[in-house]
Amino acid sequence: MTWLLILVPLVVAAITAAVPASRWRPWLVPLGGLAHLALVAIALASNPGPAFQGWLVLDALGKLVLGFISVLFFLCALYVPGYLALRPDRPNRVFCACLLAMLGMMTLVTLSHHLGLMWVAMESTTLATAPLLFFNHNPRSLEATWKYLLIGSVGIALALLGSFFLAYSSLHEGLASTLLFDDLVKLAPQLSRPWLHAAFVLLVVGYGTKMGLAPMHTWKPDAYGEAPGVVGALLAGGVTSCAFLAILRFFQICVAAHEATFAREIMIFVGLLSMAVAAVFMVRQRDFKRMLAYSSVEHMGILVLGIGVGGLATFGALLHLLTNGLTKGVLFLSAGNIHRAYGSKLTDDVRGAIRRLPVSGALFLAGFLAITGSPPGGPFISEFTILNGTIGAGKFVVAGLFLLLLAIVFVGMGATVLRVVQGTPSAQAAATDYQDRPQVVVPILVFMGLVLLLGVYLPPPLEKLLYDAAAFVEGGR
Amino acid sequence: MNQLLDPILVAVLLLNFVALGASQIRTVIHAVALQGLLLGVMIVVAHSSITVWVFLMAGAAIALKGVVIPRMLFHAIREVAIRREVEPIIGFIASLLLGGVGTALAVLFSKTLPIAHEHIGSLVVPAALSTVLTGFLILTTRVKAISQVVGYLVLENGIFIFGLLLVEAMPFLVEIGVLLDLFVAIFVMGIIVYQISQEFSTVSTRKLSALKE
Repeated sequence: MTWLLILVPLVVAAITAAVPASRWRPWLVPLGGLAHLALVAIALASNPGPAFQGWLVLDALGKLVLGFISVLFFLCALYVPGYLALRPDRPNRVFCACLLAMLGMMTLVTLSHHLGLMWVAMESTTLATAPLLFFNHNPRSLEATWKYLLIGSVGIALALLGSFFLAYSSLHEGLASTLLFDDLVKLAPQLSRPWLHAAFVLLVVGYGTKMGLAPMHTWKPDAYGEAPGVVGALLAGGVTSCAFLAILRFFQICVAAHEATFAREIMIFVGLLSMAVAAVFMVRQRDFKRMLAYSSVEHMGILVLGIGVGGLATFGALLHLLTNGLTKGVLFLSAGNIHRAYGSKLTDDVRGAIRRLPVSGALFLAGFLAITGSPPGGPFISEFTILNGTIGAGKFVVAGLFLLLLAIVFVGMGATVLRVVQGTPSAQAAATDYQDRPQVVVPILVFMGLVLLLGVYLPPPLEKLLYDAAAFVEGGR
Repeated sequence: MNQLLDPILVAVLLLNFVALGASQIRTVIHAVALQGLLLGVMIVVAHSSITVWVFLMAGAAIALKGVVIPRMLFHAIREVAIRREVEPIIGFIASLLLGGVGTALAVLFSKTLPIAHEHIGSLVVPAALSTVLTGFLILTTRVKAISQVVGYLVLENGIFIFGLLLVEAMPFLVEIGVLLDLFVAIFVMGIIVYQISQEFSTVSTRKLSALKE
């Protein structure tokens, strides 16, 4: 059962690559997404047991992340045919196949309970996304792809070294050397401390590079700035969630080893640093797609901060994984539409988006309000829960810094977004004949609907999923 | 740990310095290819019991790291017509000095980490750490895209050396997965290097500086 979840997207990817007609090839992407969504729904309902001697396990945390990625991918996939129809100039074979391959690899990350296999899957997502970034085949996208590939590969290489250190920490104590997650959690109290500490630092740096935590985030503005909007949404919501999941696995091992304090301190520090760096670069940002990239850096910081604080904030961070990912879907896709209409992503050229594109412009504004924590958006609830947990844990300085940085981001991001949305469109805006069409607007509306839904109502099955996942992360089991 | 391992590790460390100090890109690639070959040999040496799997693994490592990837790199430099100039940001003497300091630090740092009794006295940990640092040094101080790919290879080699401590424990599949990933990564990077030369008619990453704040 579990292996089908990985195999189906890969098979559809292979079919996509083999199909000769580029006109209807893009429709295979939502088809693959739908098949994956159906399989995930069955898997979530039926609780499949471990497969391949415990290498593939669908645990509570995996359920949450896998379910989310499947929904995110399906909605993004619905946008793909409409988007590619606007780009008949570019061949779409590699693009469609790589999207589906990326889904298969992300699924593998969420299911892997063998840390070596998880590493291979994570590196594969890097390789599968590189051609997606290079879709526009111009010097700027080439530069972005090069940085993404090089920085991402080096980061992931450090994560491998960290995984090896972790394996050695059990070998050193004369225990059976293993990279199976469940065995490591059982053995955790006996692991060699210096090796475990060194491993955790390397793993946070390594997978943190993929996640885009400061100061390893430097590839992110370039990659998100140059990639098509739909790729940005999948990277900011999907691949980063996978990297976060990887960090959580090692956090769980630290918790089981009674080293939670050590791990939490690192995560709070990295979280606040990411928020601060993002805030600095968001103020006076002229490129609205790069602004979204820094917003992603900020929210990745919020995620690890929430885990670092623990308790109620862990629940908040896991909820934030969903709300942030969905809101990023709204922002990246609507920003993509605006970019297409104006032929520019600089606030110098882009004005009056709400008049030029009433739907995309309004959604961009709504997405901004939601992501900065305005009620009734979903991120308001999740950020409030994290704040609540931080104050409840007695970490008043952290809570104060958290609020201050959120306020700076709100002001900085607001200035850029309002410049884009307000005013009258310049002559350049009339240069393209792009208009909002249902194919490229309906998926964004669904994203926005989900963001608002999570802001006012948490469906009981989802709530149970979140509680189980939070208990799983905190308990280390 | 087998006594044959240490002489090979010394050779690997010396090759690090060749990679740091050579001005011709071909020499650097040859050094890294030889390093890959030695890594394959070390897989056999590190195992206490030799099976068919061990030979397969070693064969795969030698084929990929020692032959296929270097050939791809040579192909890439032929395509984009580079002969000499590694183009370091810092001079070769400074590179070598930094490499020496890095190796010394690696030795010191590995002394602070507890080593299992069967590995005491072995050079594996310091050699691995110093090769990782050398990879970083090449990555950060070279301008040519192809040199950066070579730096990444050296970094991966360092991690691979550390993996020798775990060969008995690491299942075959993961090791092959690692090699395969490395292969694909270099392949994709090779394509991009080619694209960089097409777009900018040079392989210097100095041209890749349009994206910044």
